[in-house]
Amino acid sequence: MAAVGSLLGVLSRSATRRYTLRSGLSPRTFAVASSMLARTHVSYEIKDDVAIIRINDPNSKVNTLSVQLQQEMTEVMNEVLGNEAVKSAVLISSKPGCFIAGADINMIQACGTAEKVSSLSSEGQKMFERVEKSPIPIVAAINGSCLGGGLEFAIACRYRIATKNKKTVLGTPEVMLGLLPGAGGTQRLPKMVGLPSAFDMMLTGRNIRADKAKKMGLVDQLVDTLGPGLKGPEERTIEYLEEVAVGVARGLADKKVPMTKTKSTMEKIQEYVMGFEFVRNQVYKTVNNKVMKQTKGLYPAPMKIIECVKAGIEQGPDAGYLAESQNFGKLAMTSESRALIGLYHGQVACKKNRFGVPDREVKTLAILGAGLMGAGIAQVTVDKGVNTILKDTTVEGLSRGQQQVYKGLNDRVKKRSLTSFERDSILSKLTGQLDYGGFEKADMVVEAVFEDLNIKHAVLKEVEAVIPPHCIFATNTSALPIKDIAAASKRPDKVIGMHYFSPVDKMQLLEIITTDKTSRDTTASAVAVGLKQGKVIIVVGDGPGFYTTRCLAPMLAEAVRVLQEGVDPKKLDTLTTGFGFPVGAATLADEVGIDVAAHVAEDLGKAFGSRFGGGNVELLKTMVEKGFKGRKSGKGCYIYQPGLKRKDINPEIEEILERFKMTPHPTVSSDSDVQYRLVTRFVNEAVLCLQEGILNNPVEGDIGAVFGLGFPPCLGGPFRYVDSFGADKIVEKMRRFEDVYGNQFTPCQLLLDHAKDPSKRFHK
Amino acid sequence: TFVFRMFNIVLVDGVRTPFLLSGTSYSDLMPHDLGRGALQGLLNRTGVPKEIVDHIIYGIVIQEVKTSNVAREAALGAGFSDKTPAHTVTMACISSNQAMTSAVGLIAAGQCDVVVAGGVEFMSDVPIRHSRKMRKTMLSLNKAKTLGQRLSLLGSIRMGHLMPELPAVAEFSTAESMGHSADRLAAAFGVTRVEQDEYALRSHRLAKKAQDEGLLSDIISFQVPGKNIISADNGIRPTSMEQMGKLKPAFVKPHGTVTAANSSFLTDGASAVLIMSEEKALALGYKPKAYLRDFVYVSQDPKDQLLLGPTYATPKVLEKSGLTMEDIDVFEFHEAFAGQIVANLKAMDSDWFAQNCMGRKSKVGVPPMEKFNTWGGSLSLGHPFAATGCRLVTTVAHRLQKEGGQYGVVAACAAGGQVFLPKYTYAQLARADTEYSRGATVQVFLVHSFGLFSVHVLCMKMTMCKSVQKHF
Repeated sequence: MAAVGSLLGVLSRSATRRYTLRSGLSPRTFAVASSMLARTHVSYEIKDDVAIIRINDPNSKVNTLSVQLQQEMTEVMNEVLGNEAVKSAVLISSKPGCFIAGADINMIQACGTAEKVSSLSSEGQKMFERVEKSPIPIVAAINGSCLGGGLEFAIACRYRIATKNKKTVLGTPEVMLGLLPGAGGTQRLPKMVGLPSAFDMMLTGRNIRADKAKKMGLVDQLVDTLGPGLKGPEERTIEYLEEVAVGVARGLADKKVPMTKTKSTMEKIQEYVMGFEFVRNQVYKTVNNKVMKQTKGLYPAPMKIIECVKAGIEQGPDAGYLAESQNFGKLAMTSESRALIGLYHGQVACKKNRFGVPDREVKTLAILGAGLMGAGIAQVTVDKGVNTILKDTTVEGLSRGQQQVYKGLNDRVKKRSLTSFERDSILSKLTGQLDYGGFEKADMVVEAVFEDLNIKHAVLKEVEAVIPPHCIFATNTSALPIKDIAAASKRPDKVIGMHYFSPVDKMQLLEIITTDKTSRDTTASAVAVGLKQGKVIIVVGDGPGFYTTRCLAPMLAEAVRVLQEGVDPKKLDTLTTGFGFPVGAATLADEVGIDVAAHVAEDLGKAFGSRFGGGNVELLKTMVEKGFKGRKSGKGCYIYQPGLKRKDINPEIEEILERFKMTPHPTVSSDSDVQYRLVTRFVNEAVLCLQEGILNNPVEGDIGAVFGLGFPPCLGGPFRYVDSFGADKIVEKMRRFEDVYGNQFTPCQLLLDHAKDPSKRFHK
Repeated sequence: TFVFRMFNIVLVDGVRTPFLLSGTSYSDLMPHDLGRGALQGLLNRTGVPKEIVDHIIYGIVIQEVKTSNVAREAALGAGFSDKTPAHTVTMACISSNQAMTSAVGLIAAGQCDVVVAGGVEFMSDVPIRHSRKMRKTMLSLNKAKTLGQRLSLLGSIRMGHLMPELPAVAEFSTAESMGHSADRLAAAFGVTRVEQDEYALRSHRLAKKAQDEGLLSDIISFQVPGKNIISADNGIRPTSMEQMGKLKPAFVKPHGTVTAANSSFLTDGASAVLIMSEEKALALGYKPKAYLRDFVYVSQDPKDQLLLGPTYATPKVLEKSGLTMEDIDVFEFHEAFAGQIVANLKAMDSDWFAQNCMGRKSKVGVPPMEKFNTWGGSLSLGHPFAATGCRLVTTVAHRLQKEGGQYGVVAACAAGGQVFLPKYTYAQLARADTEYSRGATVQVFLVHSFGLFSVHVLCMKMTMCKSVQKHF
């Protein structure tokens, strides 16, 4: 139902595995006494003349650079470096699948002031400087995620060996949390991989697989993962990595392993070219422009990263390290960083099943309708090893759908994240068919047929005749109330709504809708399936438009009014993206489909009355009549030509706009007012959903808005936005708009409550 | 008793050409030439009348496109009757094992009485193709009707079209080369470089000893057309641990353990065996060398367990025939890599592996080394992929005769010598015993030869024909 923004996509894809919360005790509580206690996070052993330093956080699935871990690491380093018998050292994690996943976010958040965060950063810098300048060679042996502070630790070592494990990824994801690599990363990375690659890593925060890291020069040597032998594969792989690393460490100490890497001609050329100041300036300028274009200046972290790198290269390491620690402190205090960290926490929360473990696992899932949605759902299901049946009514439809699944997987083969063999083996679990054969084995059926209540009823009855009693019927709809669909069911407790977002394989959000008859086990099962499909899940109550569609509808209605008032689609897009939406409102309407938008606007208009008014639905209908259904029909607000990236405004739409022209009110039509008109209607509706109990909590509201609808990630979602911007200011703006447009801008009670009492906040 | 006897199946005799390093004396031949040599040698040695041979089955892995049914070309060239049907089978390194068990199947089904089985591999020449793009252009060129079409097709040829396509260097399913897989397997079982080199050295020393003592009597001389007569293997090179220790790892660099010296080498060679129903053999006056009793194919994950077939198949075939490791007098395991053999031995000795990977309560048990590949193996004698199986079976028969044993077991993983094979995990096993264990064995043959074509490790049971010899 909504489109993806690139920044959002990046954020959502990568923030997941990044930083991990430490549950339970805050490390600070026993940090003081830790030197007296036995070490729990870091241990070491000396084999002949090699010290093997092992990291293992006993309280978590991943290692994070917490206060405790840093303290113990410092102690261990002191002992190792102080021991004359030790000639080299290996740094390794005992945890399968994780080297060090990054710094402890809570530790940063607990600081409170920029100065404290800065001093955290400079402590980290000092620790890694010691590692870098250590008299004995230290080898980082990396298996699993090596991210953020973990990567900064690794690149401070003399040599890096990584396993070819799929879980072994390297990266600096700080930018996704509105931060920067604050422990020397901005200074060491450019030296290690060159300026362009370093910027790419730090500004996108993307994960780099081991083989790529080797090519980039980020790691020096690769080690294979092993199968089962005399021990389990994971255990033995770590042991093998350690054996190889010990050999290399010894070799480095004996000078048998050469330290100077042979550089390729390309690398030499690049290095030579980068020696010129004007070339570097050109690079800074290009990167700056690119960042500005993508972030519209709404995200401070990327600019600061560029600043730190520049300071280090142009003014020397002292200036560089100083800039890094100071900017790190400043960034940690920004509302953007808080919003992004809030989203990260929200995302973690929405990756859990609060309904418990379902009675039976879904092993076979059937999908009705092989359209864009159906095939998308099939793709994310079958690649998790679930037997998937894809049913359509026509051979053409089925063939198109199966082709879509194939293409989705084959694209991953092209990107080398999948082998062609794995692709084929995954596809062998997908059955395409036109009949209901095999539905007797289905544990869940997801229907993705046309959005028409009568068709949905017919399908529901047909399906209930062939499925086993335990089978769940999930309906994928963006607006039809689930209870209306369930009315035709013999077993309404097994009926649930699963609202996927298109394209299903890219959009992370899944909105699950329960009616008052849906059983808890049905909900638990739907959430379990969604989680298996890799989705971030919000579970909301039933009602027209549920949560996401309901929030979007008033904003789109307002967008139509803005168009009618003479703002052209390009300008509308600029205004919305300027506010932080990854996709402009006009483009969004085209992506969603003008017909769908018209349909939803009409349905919800009927359900909610004049409050959902604003723009004229007839305008959308006229566009549909003329065949301007958006991107899918080649024309909408814009004209889409295959192969052309540039899009022009559809000239024919101007005539339609002319026909529906309204006079703008000068008091509420400044650029900023237009932006607030769009956003406040969205926000007010979201708050109303919480007030009415459609939403269970503000966290899910923020996650749904950002991941499903592209609400500006830098604002953290409508609820965090109310907290940070101030409910009173929003109410004030709405009152001003209300005077002109009426009840469409009447703030809801909950928002008024928050405006009256500033101590009331959605997020603590 | 006649009914039972009908289904006892015997190995009358087996021969092979000398196995040579590829690119040496055989280098100008074609695969069917070597096959011809082995088949002719079998005819000469056994004196079997050509017209009574019911069927010929031959294995090959890297196929020469001109002789895709290499069995037929080799048979005709060797002077077999043109009335004898011949077909070719392929199953990576156990292709000739597949040929033999197919033969057993034909006899057990009552289709044939006398079958010749064998295999050939010729690595001195392999098919190198034009690139797919170039092939497509060339095929389109065939269909082009006008000069203009032809010119435009010719004009579309770019540099990239001219890159040749070598035979797959990697496993199709996992894109991993065999040597790389062997190195990972060795690492998984903690097999050291020294252990591997020691095992490889043992193989070469034992092969040299067997060669010097004239034990490799399955070899028939081969006259290279227009050149000299070849009558001995040329890959047996016992050196020293020091020499071997100097080599750099061949696949996993720089820390790997599999080297050229502890891997089997690319080899040219062919082999053949004569298999009959027992009563036919006796009626013809033969003294068969062994009973072929039972076999098993198993298959595993092609990534991490590619080369572990023998560990899985050995206990299976033993348990099926009610025997234990102690009952076996002769073990012949195919040596793809020293690391692979040592890893299998460690796996067979591991309770952890048995419990966690094989679903057994306790470990399989290790074959005693004094009974294990005592006349050398693929590491030293060479490994022409599709010819190795018949060599193993004939060697078991000869060793049982020489050493006076009763039961023998053959096992082979379908590992490629080095980088070349299309590979799955296959293992093969054969066993021999002196008794007439008739009825039950017949059943086993039927089930396996016809029911399990798609599974991949093979075990075979052979019976020494001492008792037969006593009868006559």
